[in-house]
Amino acid sequence: MEEVAFFAGAIGALGGAIAVIALRNPFYSVLALVVHLVSLAGLFLILHAEFVAAAQVVVYAGAVMVLYVFVAAYVGQVEEPIWEPIPGQRWLAPLLAVALFVELSIAVLGTALESIDSEGPTVQLGFGEPSSIGTLMLEKFLVVFEASSMLLLVAAVGAIVLAGRRQEASGRGAEGEKAAEGA
Amino acid sequence: MDASWYLVLSALLFAVGAGGVLIRRSPLVILLCLELMLNAGNLALLTFARMHGNEDGQIFALVVMVVAACEVVVGLGLIVAMFKRRLPLNVDDMRELKG
Repeated sequence: MEEVAFFAGAIGALGGAIAVIALRNPFYSVLALVVHLVSLAGLFLILHAEFVAAAQVVVYAGAVMVLYVFVAAYVGQVEEPIWEPIPGQRWLAPLLAVALFVELSIAVLGTALESIDSEGPTVQLGFGEPSSIGTLMLEKFLVVFEASSMLLLVAAVGAIVLAGRRQEASGRGAEGEKAAEGA
Repeated sequence: MDASWYLVLSALLFAVGAGGVLIRRSPLVILLCLELMLNAGNLALLTFARMHGNEDGQIFALVVMVVAACEVVVGLGLIVAMFKRRLPLNVDDMRELKG
């Protein structure tokens, strides 16, 4: 049963990822990324990361993707030849990706980690639940929590400064505010 | 499922994302490919958290999601600014770092 769920999620995630880089229209790429993210959330559930899976669906597949769809619609269809003038790039880039995959696989599978060929230990009840994640975040990782909230604030201000500037600002500042909401 | 399956899948997704960054020219799609790479990293983090029976890795994954959200907001702000200045939305045409 778990195998079936894993392979369904893996096929969804991989298919979505390939569709993201293969589709010509950026709008369809964004939709393919939603498929990828939801499949990945399913995999997170199998890994007993319930809260992260929920955050993945709500934050990523929800808020961030809405932002992407908005910008894709704002910018519109961009003329983009998939392959471009740098000589040899047509062959070099996929070759580099394959080499990266092989290298990462060798690095991962060649480690001396013994538990890599097991499902991992039996976890206690409540592993990855919101309550335990919240306890960890507000006790052990309080500084990290505060730092990430600071980072979000800086990013929101930065987005407003980047996208919202210009004199004839009627309606133009809306992008920055939308971006800030997405954060 | 063994943890190695998840790790190989995450390596594969990372490689697809890296290939997309190298191949595509539109900054919007390049941002999408960066998301792919960050999510592959998240999958590896959660796999290791499961493998060790320790929740610290899940906190790490959540922080990665925060960083990804910030990157998206700033990146999309840049794309909107480029579009408003009538600059070409093509990274090959944007290689001169002049104001």
